[in-house]
Amino acid sequence: MPETRPVQLKRAWTTSDPLVSVRELKTWFPVASGVLQRTTAHVRAVDGVDLDIKKGETLGLVGESGCGKSTLGRTIIRLLDPTAGTIKFKGEDITHQRGAALRAHRRDMAMIFQDPYASLDPRQTVGDIVGEPLDVHRLAVGPARRERVRELLDVVGLNPGFVDRYPHEFSGGQRQRIGIARALAVDPSFIVCDEPISALDVSIQAQIINLLESLQSKFDLTYLFIAHDLSVVKHISNRIAVMYLGKIMEIAPGQQLYRRPRHPYTGSLLSAIPIPDPLIERARERVLLQGDVASPVNPPSGCRFRTRCPRAKPHCAEEEPPLESFGAEHLAACFYPLD
Amino acid sequence: MPQPLLEVHDLKTQFFTPEGVVKAVDGVSLELHAGETLGLVGESGSGKSVTALSVMRLQRPGKIVGGEVRFKGRDLTKVSDAEMREIRGQEIAMIFQDPMTSLNPVFRTGWQVGEPVRLHQGWDKARAMGVAVSMLGKVGIPAPEKRARDYPHQFSGGMRQRAMIAMGLTTTPKVLIADEPTTALDVTIQAQILDLLRNVNREFGTATILITHNLGVVAGMCERVMVMYAGRIVESGPTVDVFAHPKHPYTWALLRSIPRLDEERHEPLKPIEGLPPDLINLPSGCAFHPRCHFKVERCSRDVPALNPVGDTQLAACWVTQSGAELKGA
Repeated sequence: MPETRPVQLKRAWTTSDPLVSVRELKTWFPVASGVLQRTTAHVRAVDGVDLDIKKGETLGLVGESGCGKSTLGRTIIRLLDPTAGTIKFKGEDITHQRGAALRAHRRDMAMIFQDPYASLDPRQTVGDIVGEPLDVHRLAVGPARRERVRELLDVVGLNPGFVDRYPHEFSGGQRQRIGIARALAVDPSFIVCDEPISALDVSIQAQIINLLESLQSKFDLTYLFIAHDLSVVKHISNRIAVMYLGKIMEIAPGQQLYRRPRHPYTGSLLSAIPIPDPLIERARERVLLQGDVASPVNPPSGCRFRTRCPRAKPHCAEEEPPLESFGAEHLAACFYPLD
Repeated sequence: MPQPLLEVHDLKTQFFTPEGVVKAVDGVSLELHAGETLGLVGESGSGKSVTALSVMRLQRPGKIVGGEVRFKGRDLTKVSDAEMREIRGQEIAMIFQDPMTSLNPVFRTGWQVGEPVRLHQGWDKARAMGVAVSMLGKVGIPAPEKRARDYPHQFSGGMRQRAMIAMGLTTTPKVLIADEPTTALDVTIQAQILDLLRNVNREFGTATILITHNLGVVAGMCERVMVMYAGRIVESGPTVDVFAHPKHPYTWALLRSIPRLDEERHEPLKPIEGLPPDLINLPSGCAFHPRCHFKVERCSRDVPALNPVGDTQLAACWVTQSGAELKGA
């Protein structure tokens, strides 16, 4: 599908370049303590991430709670301000953009949230919720706006006659469709999906996954798909990035990551995920990780995973392993990788 | 077949709301045998948690309006509150989904873990603390003497769930009911807790009812599984058979709809169309019929009973009870 909107480019960005390119990105949150509430430390939610997202792909981002995956997604679309590093979108540095320049880019990005109950204003009608981005970016008014809202509802599989209803009249799955319609309103090229199905019933999850996939091919969308459920992420993603304590540990095409994980964390994450087949499940070897995730305020020296790693050696505490290539499109940050 | 340890017969639990009567549990029967792990699966609102809470008589504000819960020759729906407290403290333990809210934040963890033996077996503080410390150690909490003196907020989510399990086990109960014990936890911590539950089952011989919406967890943990939909059991049988040849269209459709880590090719998922039912206005006949691929005319008229289908399974379905196979693209 051709681009429907002219994009202002300062340099020549072509569709074969990464849509999103992130370098050395850090997002830290201050921790205040004491009577004076002085900043005494930082939660290093995202702590030095390099990542490229290609146009048209779905990049899955997995990790356990607190690993920084949501913060990374929100920082990329500038809902949070980065502490350091650069974010490029369509070749343009948007790290420190403000005002009109940032708004112009915001029209090209959207976000789908986890909780379809908390992310919709209960006092707004569906028409207002889905139409709000159109007002903010002055994309449509009057009959054209109403027509666009109806079209968006239709696209996500809701009855266009629902425009005047309120969120409480809908089930969880339908609300998530409303959230998706709102995200599509600005006709974005990039959508951050932050755990879009984890709050939904099992029987509804597949409906939403299929909807996201069909919208992607229809509107030529690029997704950053954040989730903790690796089975879902593997299904929907072209490539998967595994995050741990603010860092990318491994990144590879989904099937490759599943068949041949190189980082010990990926290996144990994969082995921890139950497969709904009793015969396979009972025959599986498990690599049980010891202990809990370390604190992002004071991450371990060297490799952050070493405190739970079954393969850790003294060297791992002294130096931080860089992301290194393990074949086509396969990177892992480990000195003693799995075979 | 030996006498089951716990036997639930035609249990009915209802909630009386201003909008109408919610039939949360609508005629559930189950048997739990000594030492086994039984899976109870279903989506939110299917009645799996209310079934468990009713067994423990913790269903309020819901009301048990019918049926029996037989345990050691007694009907738990009829025993006095005092007797029920004794049973809850010593014979049937329950652990809940959310380890963050199930521990009291103002008491030290060891004190709470020792509470069942203090209250129900009359042990003194020192002896109760001793068993709490040893139990905390058995469930894999490092430095248990030290951690017993910590408050719950000093524990991580996985550690709190371990502490909850330790508390449940201090009186060596015969039955453990685990209601979504790993849903609030990360996958690597989930694997640790499931491993712990397997060991508990092996070491103490505790019969377990594991309530979950996660079919993968059931596959790895349970010998038998019961599938619930809209307050009823729609299918039950050995886990291996139910997963290989589901005999209820809901089970069949659910198993096809979930993405699997080991899937080889990328194909669109096959979702279950439609919405879970409104428990106040249940569809007539079989509650699943509006979403069912296989429905016949009778399904919207008569409620099917749970009857044998095949050698090892039970299913509440007119279609499979008449001998038809569940097959589809």
